Amino acid sequence: MELLIDLVLLAMLALTALRIIFLKDLFAVVMLFSIYSFLSALIFINLDAVDVAFTEAAVGAGISTVLMLGTIAITGRTETPPTKSKLLPLLIVVVTGAALIYGTLDMPPFGHADNPVHEHVAPRYIEESPKEIGLPNMVTSVLASYRGFDTLGETVVVFSAMIGVLSLLRLRKRDADKNPESGIKAHRVLQVIAKIVIPMIILFALYVQFHGDFGPGGGFQAGVIAAAAFILYALVFGLSNVFKVVGPKFLRILAVFGVLLYAGVGVYSMAMGGNFLDYNYLAENPLSGQHYGIILIELGVGITVFAVMLSIFYAFDSQIERANIQ
Amino acid sequence: MSFIADYYNYWIVVFLMMTGFYIVISASNLVKKVVGLNIFQTSVFMLYISMGKVKGGTAPILTEGAAQYSNPLPHVLILTAIVVGVATTAVALSLIVRIKEEYGTVEENEFEKKDDAI
Amino acid sequence: MIEQHLAALPIILPLIAAPIALILGRSMLTWAFATLVSALSCIASWQLLMTTLSDGALSYALGGWPPPWGIELNVDVTNAFVLLAVSAMSTLVLIYSKDSIEKEINASNHSLYYTAHLLCLTGLSGMLITGDAFNLFVFLEISSLATYTLVSLASDRRCLTATFRYLVMGTIGATFILIGVGMLYMKTGTLNMADLSTKMAAFESNRTLNTGLAFIMVGVSLKLALFPLHMWLPAAYTHAPSSVTAFLASTATKVAVYVMIRFIFSVFGASHVFETMSMEIILMVLAIVAIFKCSYMATVQSNVKTLLAYSSVAQIGYMVLGISLVSVPGLMSGLIHIFNHALMKGALFMAVGAVFYRMGSVNIEAFKGLGKKMPLTMAAFTIAGLSIIGVPLTAGFVSKWYLVTAALEQDLWIVAALVLLGSLLAVVYIGRVLEAAYFQEPPESQGAKNIKEVPWLMLMPMWILVLANIYFGINTGLTVEAATSASQWLFQGYNPAGVAL
Repeated sequence: MELLIDLVLLAMLALTALRIIFLKDLFAVVMLFSIYSFLSALIFINLDAVDVAFTEAAVGAGISTVLMLGTIAITGRTETPPTKSKLLPLLIVVVTGAALIYGTLDMPPFGHADNPVHEHVAPRYIEESPKEIGLPNMVTSVLASYRGFDTLGETVVVFSAMIGVLSLLRLRKRDADKNPESGIKAHRVLQVIAKIVIPMIILFALYVQFHGDFGPGGGFQAGVIAAAAFILYALVFGLSNVFKVVGPKFLRILAVFGVLLYAGVGVYSMAMGGNFLDYNYLAENPLSGQHYGIILIELGVGITVFAVMLSIFYAFDSQIERANIQ
Repeated sequence: MSFIADYYNYWIVVFLMMTGFYIVISASNLVKKVVGLNIFQTSVFMLYISMGKVKGGTAPILTEGAAQYSNPLPHVLILTAIVVGVATTAVALSLIVRIKEEYGTVEENEFEKKDDAI
Repeated sequence: MIEQHLAALPIILPLIAAPIALILGRSMLTWAFATLVSALSCIASWQLLMTTLSDGALSYALGGWPPPWGIELNVDVTNAFVLLAVSAMSTLVLIYSKDSIEKEINASNHSLYYTAHLLCLTGLSGMLITGDAFNLFVFLEISSLATYTLVSLASDRRCLTATFRYLVMGTIGATFILIGVGMLYMKTGTLNMADLSTKMAAFESNRTLNTGLAFIMVGVSLKLALFPLHMWLPAAYTHAPSSVTAFLASTATKVAVYVMIRFIFSVFGASHVFETMSMEIILMVLAIVAIFKCSYMATVQSNVKTLLAYSSVAQIGYMVLGISLVSVPGLMSGLIHIFNHALMKGALFMAVGAVFYRMGSVNIEAFKGLGKKMPLTMAAFTIAGLSIIGVPLTAGFVSKWYLVTAALEQDLWIVAALVLLGSLLAVVYIGRVLEAAYFQEPPESQGAKNIKEVPWLMLMPMWILVLANIYFGINTGLTVEAATSASQWLFQGYNPAGVAL
């Protein structure tokens, strides 16, 4: 059964990807990309990667698609027919693909329990992490503790993206104020539904944030979901209204705070005599130290991701509104 | 037959990767290039997740009665990689918006004409 | 306490400082803060180099988890040496930036500039000292994203298309590295570099591992702009703000060269890469073509920044040529050149930035008659240019000398001759600029303009680099000692004659 689902999903992915090559309508391209992302999320679930599926659905089908739609709203939705030859790209791709297929020939067979990936490093995560870290979700244990430095790096990557977007798309409060009539105020039904849904989205984000230790979820997914609530608010009620709730300046400070909270946990553990990010030193009992550490750094991740995703959306949205005014 | 059953997953993933890669290097529209880049990366993520799978295993969340878990490490790596991917996408898209503003087009062949060559 | 955490400081300091720099607000304050932090991490790097030279390699387990379960930082003489060059250049460029960016970057973006600079430094330091193959990818992306931001900050619209091209190429490169690392992980079950190397020794020749090697090499080559994957570099260097070009030209590609060295020697093992896969032949051919093709391209440019950018690609050729000789002296010459080239290109791009500061252009026309009007800047350009050519008593001579001797040691007369021929092309392209500056009169229209020297905050870092060029050209003690000890360490256990396969 698993095999059948896997095959059907992979076939659908291949069809979606192939269709994108030939489509000239960018709106359809972006929509197909969103479908591609959803389908891969389904594959990830089928392959037991629930956390990854969650993130892929929130990011690929969610944030990335929203940003792409925002971009084509500004740049136009049709691709002009290409002029250059497709021969060289095709040749490069065939050579690269052949190299990869050659590489697969010595790969360990798919799904076998005695593959090298399951033997050397991973068993400790599976067998010891419930005892060493005390959390049932092994992905959270590895992400936040064993490989916590990677996750700090990831938070810094998100922060860098904000710096990049802000430097490119100037985001000023007065741009939004110029156009107080933005949003879709004419649609009463949307407004009422949005008002009901938004609190639930925020509640769900909080659940995902704090339940990530036990089930799929964690700071990153929670940040994206919370940002989605505000994005919905901005879409329905207009940018100038959402600025009254959380302004761009405040978001910058939040993003900074999140990174500093994460790094601060590391520095504090150094001050307590451990290595950077060694949560064992955060409390008398190593196990509760790990707990405190993970809750704090997940919070840092969540805050930064929320602030950055929302800032990026603001930057795009105010750009669209500026384009609309002109 | 078992050879195909053992490897079909990798081969399809390679095919998907190359489709994305082809879109990146062949498309002349910059938005489409970014879409291609995303497909390329998402397919690489599938390669990682495929290697973490254990047949008959369950998601790596401690549950009673589960004998075998899939490997959590690739999941962690890909969580990080997805985030890195969206960060790059955001910067790329804002570059495209600015390029449109400055050049009036987002087609590679068109703005190369408008620019004096480097 | 500081002793114990020394290895982590070059990453943690700029990482924590970057977000703080964003909210400091005032441009002047942010500048002082960023410079101070960069100087502190430079001191830490110096300490690390001294410690590793006397006591050998250091390891630091992040989160207290022992490798391979946790992420490890590894500092040895090689990366401490490159780290010192990177953090020193970062500090000098930051000092230089204060006045330089006034003219080139919109005032509202100044704090973003300093933040992005610190993020870039974080990423580069992380790439150098991390001991984990996946963590390397994360830091690579931090430095890349920060670099894209820095390049796109320029006011010329062409910086946007240059950045976009750079972003697409860079992301393809990073994704290739990700694919390669995945293949290694698949066969070994580990991501720790030292552990990878032990595990991989058990395989004789494996198709998955070899493909992984190929993908990592192509990905890294894209990042270090090895010919013919250098197409993003000239545009990006030309259109970026001058201080950014000075920083990137002297650090980013060097770090990528180090990553290549690290993967070849510490992960795959020199005997596998060179004896089994014969990669040195590909590398040598590409390096020599890079030297000639790009030096030639440099001689026909009219924009001096583009000229120097092509020269950079050619100089990367010298570094890769050193690696491809597969010998302790060859690798040593490559490592010395990483350090020395940072000194020369840093000084050259700073001088060009100074010309832009006064003239508003970096076309070769703008240099006419500047020898009299901006004597200090042009003198700096001249000395650093002589160093690029490889004139004795400059740092450039030292690198070329060791490269030629290393080639001659293996009776590669042709290679040695080609290196010398490449220097002649450098004489042509540097000579064109010097001729305009010293032997041509400025055009009539500009004759009346009152051109003065640039502020001392721009001259000081430029001249520190120029003096360093002369110092390391005469006193080769530090560079040669560090590079020799590094390459001996990297070649440990490599025995070209009797590889059992």
